[in-house]
Amino acid sequence: MSTPDDREPAVGPADRTPAGPEGVAVDPAVAATEQPGGERQPSLPQNFLQNLWAANTVTVTVLSMVLALLIGAVLIIVSDPDVLATYSYITARPSDAINGSWTLVSEAYANLFKGAIVDPAAVSGWLAGENTWQVVFAPISETLTYAAPLVLTGLAVALAFRGGLFNIGAQGQAVIGTITAAVAGFVLPLPVGVHLIVALLAGALGGALWGFIPGILKARTGAHEVITTIMLNYTAGLFLGWIILQGGIHDPNRSDAISKRVDGSAQLPGLLGGGLRVNLGIVLAVAATVAVAWLLNRSAFGFELRAVGANPDAARTAGISVTRTYVLLMVSAGALSGLGGATQVLGTAHTLTPQVAGNIGFDGLLVALLGRTRPWGVFLAALLFGALRAGGNRMQSFSGISLELVTVVQALIVIFIAAPALVKAMFRLRAARAARLQTSVAKGW
Amino acid sequence: MSTVTVEDLAGVTVPRRFWTRERKTGAVFVALGVLAAGLFGALAPAETARFTLSEDASGAALKINGQFGAILFGIVTIGAGATLLAGVARRWTSTLLGLGILAFVLSFLCWQVAGKFMPLVDTAKGSLELALPLILGALAGVLCERSGVVNVAIEGQFLMGAFGAALVGTMAASVWIGLLSAAVGGLVIAVLLAVLAMRYLVDQVVLGIVLNLLALGLTGFLYERLMQPHADVYNQPPRMPTWRIPGLADIPVVGPVLFNTNPLVYLALILVAVISVGLARTRWGLRTRAVGEHPAAADTVGIRVKGTRYRNVLLGGLIAGAGGAFFTLVSTGSFNKNMTSGAGFIALAALIFGRWTPVGAFFAALFFGFANKLATYLSAIGSPVPSQFLNMLPYLATLIAVAGLVGRVRAPAADGKPFIKG
Amino acid sequence: MEPGEIHALLGENGAGKSTLMNVLYGLLQPDEGEILVDGAPVQIHTSRDAIAAGIGMVHQHFMLVPVFTVAENVILGAEKVRGGLLGWLDRGRARREVLDVSTRYGLRVDPDAIVEDLPVGIQQRVEIIKALTRDVDLLILDEPTAVLTPQETDELLAVMRTLKADGKSIVFITHKLREVKAIADRITVIRRGRTVGTASPDASEDELAALMVGRQVSLVVEKPPAAPRGPILEIGGLVVNDERGHRAVDGVDLTVRAGEVLGIAGVQGNGQTELVEAIMGLRPVVAGSITLDGAPMVGRSPKDVLRAGVGYVPEDRSVDGLVKEFSVAENLVLDLYDQAPFGNGLVLRPEKIAASAKERIAQFDVRTSSHESPVGTLSGGNQQKVIVARELSRPLKLFIASQPTRGVDVGSIEFIHKQIIHERDIGTAVLVVSSELDEVIGLADRIAVMYRGRVIAIVSPDTPREEIGLLMAGITGEGPASDEEVEA
Repeated sequence: MSTPDDREPAVGPADRTPAGPEGVAVDPAVAATEQPGGERQPSLPQNFLQNLWAANTVTVTVLSMVLALLIGAVLIIVSDPDVLATYSYITARPSDAINGSWTLVSEAYANLFKGAIVDPAAVSGWLAGENTWQVVFAPISETLTYAAPLVLTGLAVALAFRGGLFNIGAQGQAVIGTITAAVAGFVLPLPVGVHLIVALLAGALGGALWGFIPGILKARTGAHEVITTIMLNYTAGLFLGWIILQGGIHDPNRSDAISKRVDGSAQLPGLLGGGLRVNLGIVLAVAATVAVAWLLNRSAFGFELRAVGANPDAARTAGISVTRTYVLLMVSAGALSGLGGATQVLGTAHTLTPQVAGNIGFDGLLVALLGRTRPWGVFLAALLFGALRAGGNRMQSFSGISLELVTVVQALIVIFIAAPALVKAMFRLRAARAARLQTSVAKGW
Repeated sequence: MSTVTVEDLAGVTVPRRFWTRERKTGAVFVALGVLAAGLFGALAPAETARFTLSEDASGAALKINGQFGAILFGIVTIGAGATLLAGVARRWTSTLLGLGILAFVLSFLCWQVAGKFMPLVDTAKGSLELALPLILGALAGVLCERSGVVNVAIEGQFLMGAFGAALVGTMAASVWIGLLSAAVGGLVIAVLLAVLAMRYLVDQVVLGIVLNLLALGLTGFLYERLMQPHADVYNQPPRMPTWRIPGLADIPVVGPVLFNTNPLVYLALILVAVISVGLARTRWGLRTRAVGEHPAAADTVGIRVKGTRYRNVLLGGLIAGAGGAFFTLVSTGSFNKNMTSGAGFIALAALIFGRWTPVGAFFAALFFGFANKLATYLSAIGSPVPSQFLNMLPYLATLIAVAGLVGRVRAPAADGKPFIKG
Repeated sequence: MEPGEIHALLGENGAGKSTLMNVLYGLLQPDEGEILVDGAPVQIHTSRDAIAAGIGMVHQHFMLVPVFTVAENVILGAEKVRGGLLGWLDRGRARREVLDVSTRYGLRVDPDAIVEDLPVGIQQRVEIIKALTRDVDLLILDEPTAVLTPQETDELLAVMRTLKADGKSIVFITHKLREVKAIADRITVIRRGRTVGTASPDASEDELAALMVGRQVSLVVEKPPAAPRGPILEIGGLVVNDERGHRAVDGVDLTVRAGEVLGIAGVQGNGQTELVEAIMGLRPVVAGSITLDGAPMVGRSPKDVLRAGVGYVPEDRSVDGLVKEFSVAENLVLDLYDQAPFGNGLVLRPEKIAASAKERIAQFDVRTSSHESPVGTLSGGNQQKVIVARELSRPLKLFIASQPTRGVDVGSIEFIHKQIIHERDIGTAVLVVSSELDEVIGLADRIAVMYRGRVIAIVSPDTPREEIGLLMAGITGEGPASDEEVEA
């Protein structure tokens, strides 16, 4: 990044106190009193949450994305030996390096855009009657397809966060959700309509069970949910690896680790047809977002969980059972993650493989943070991540830029979001330097 | 004296519960022992189980009738549990715990190996090798967490280390430069962790997860761009040599396992000893522990809390990075995407299961390495026990430990809490 | 401060004693003013500067690492090491040093004991030894006796005399008169961050109590005589422990009748908090009984207690009373959100909550820009009014108000007091706990004085305030009774 010391004043405590209303500001003293004596578990996530909300503006979010994409561009350049070679003689012929880099990066990011939103060529092609309208909507379809499970796992993390718990276990809950949903999808002989609903519910139930374990352990024994959920993530992954190979689950016609195919009656139907992958999952995701927003703001349980998340002492004094809230919260979060897994397997994958859930749980964590743990914020963040992923696919096949770049960009965005002071400091610094540069140039004149 | 008053008060008002942690553990062990003696004993064929003292079927062997052994060791487990249940002095607790677990494992082995053979040297060697990155990763965790910084990014440090070792090791055609680069790779993640956690107060758990993803993406991206198309230039690091220690290597069983192996093993063993003694006996260790337990107290006696934490986190990064070198320089010989596949989290589990101590983490890592090796062995002999369940063992054991069902696990009091001067 | 002097800083809780001393020890920075050591101004930015200036401090909340041994705690930060860069701890020397200091000043302690296993009194000795091994000239003891038994207190006083004889200066922060008179050479009384007087130890306890407990009656609570009826809250032989498992409430018997205000006076930390939390079901009861209108309450959940008709204003509103991020309206239904008309346990009725909030805001004169503002943005007085409004908005049998006007502006104090009296007059039993003696005298129809977990006297509010002040300091009317008697 850069040398730390010169930035100390800019990002000291004063900078962390946001410009919002005084009362909601993150009070450094609160964190400082977090000494062993007066331990209050959830206040740490709470502090972090406030930091996340109060110190982040739209500007910071946008800047974070720009920064992340800039760093991505640097990576693209340094990993291209041909372009990199032009930098060896940059002082002699800077145009080679600059043009080469520009072409490389602009093409890559253009493909990212075309793969995620719309490809102008497809639009003109459609208008000219050369291709069908489906081709125009293909990028959007892909974006929505990738976004749907992320919305659900993101909501799972966000909901738990609002209740003062770190749900690092969305991944494991989603994995279990894929298993239960898929098994219900190819084992149960049910009619069209009912089958899909049952399979989805099975997914939610599986995830809920996997969320119940850390919830009850936290409530009964005080075991920290971060540790327990991390452990359960990998347990779920291994369980998936085992169950795929079992009789009744494993596809008998295949030798590799793959399960039978989910019945057509349990698959999430496509929305647009014509080979477009977007399916009912995204509708489910919208519904879940509405439901979580309602739950948080309009339901008694939402009231309880927000109270417990913000101030468990006051909640307990007001008669709210903190332990019961924790258990219910983790069950709900698990159900959402499980539903996310179900969407993945019933919507696109249709079979269980060891990688069926991909990284949707961990990505859900990023999405929840990017969305500031607010339901519609999570939804938008998931759309962004879905778009990056969809565009990343095109970038990979058209520009040869590996999909992993998307992971890097996503991680960087979230790092910047989580450290708003860093972003501010970076831009302040850059602005100051630019000004200095200008004055020196001006003097030369 | 005054002390009497207070203790009496406490004694009167808080009657000692019968179901202490030790008793609960005892009850669990009795149940496990019954399971072992009954189920394993019933399932085990009454054939000889041979544990050969070599890397294959040859040579001297310890022999035991499988069924008899399964029942015998099951009974030993019951005994250990019953002793705990009866209530004994606290200093015997960990011994009995160890005995109970060991006997249970032996009972299981007698069942599985009955009618077959298990090469002990090979098993021990394999366990140690599989445990190697776990040991180094867990040690990194010890350094960070004992000074109060949660390190969930061990996985990311492994990946960066493995990648750095492969890339620079190949380019420099030197295994040692590769190892050094691995350490630097781990350091990169550690610097990010330290600065973002301590200066920008980013939550350390979130940060760790995000850094893992960053490392995953970064190494994966560079792998596809650089290593895959030009493997000979970027991804063919030299392998780590085997160092045979004259004399010691000739000791039967122990020799080939411990003294005829790669230098990373020696490094790990030395580090376990150094960090363990260092934490307990040196100024650095005392201050590190103080900062992790009660930073405010450390601050009032003039210790620089953040400085201490920075130093330890960065040191941890170097060690975890070196652990990452295992994957490319020892294990496979080239880098691959996401090749650590969760080993960093098993290292984290070892750290927790080992109760945040270097020696505890070492034994936990060995145990997890053994479970892993056993999984491979069992699938090789066609055992009905699925390897996935053995691979789950580290996670489940840690889950049980943090839930307080067996023993007591306590993190450093200030672990994960940023220190802000009041 | 003179060398070899014991200077007592006397004052109520929150008077600014500890803040002053933390500034002196470099933990907090002064906004203005200067510190003189040996006549020269010094800048103390960190605790390292303070140690260098010869200042040592024993904090109210011990700065000891619980899992360390005594010796480790003592040497921390000033380790004697061998082996140069290796920094090998010289543990033998550390142990000898501890033993050395402990025998010299009569501070008996085992250097190898783990600190968290030691009783508080011994832990305090460790703190003192820690300061002494750093060659301090000035030792600050912040409320050292707050956590000690009478015997331990006497031992500490003896140690202080030894230190004084050795030429050390001591600043002794306390609010306990007996100890001050027993040991101090000079007494400074602090109130609300200002020095209000200096006294010699010859001053009478009455004088000191008046100075400390302080301010003249500024508010007269207008109230008609009480018309008490039958008992509502009956407490018998109640024993409650604090977080550390020490006995905080030690056999309390109390009765509060319908239509009366029972005030509990006492210096904070004498079991009032634990007593109230036990009544509310927030803290387990070790022994004894609590009944509300005849129904047993021990072992019931906080929700049960609230539903049984108890209203509760907790002493620390920002920790226990309010969710700061929540709106005023949400805080007004914090314990009613699942009941009609605000909800049915599943769904909230935001329009009902908002309507009721507007009503309460008007009725209780809560100054806020909107019922949707986060309650954290309100002033202390208005925050407190939100809690009072919430608790008084349902029919009550018993109303418990703990420190109802702490940190509240004068106008709000008056308003809240009126509400409390009004509640009494409609027949509710009222229990007021306050460390402000004037508040208790003004509100109560009967006053119970708590000291060391017991009710040592129940007096009428007409009793002279100096007399009550003495009771609060543990001195009963029969003469200068020692703590031992009270304790026995």
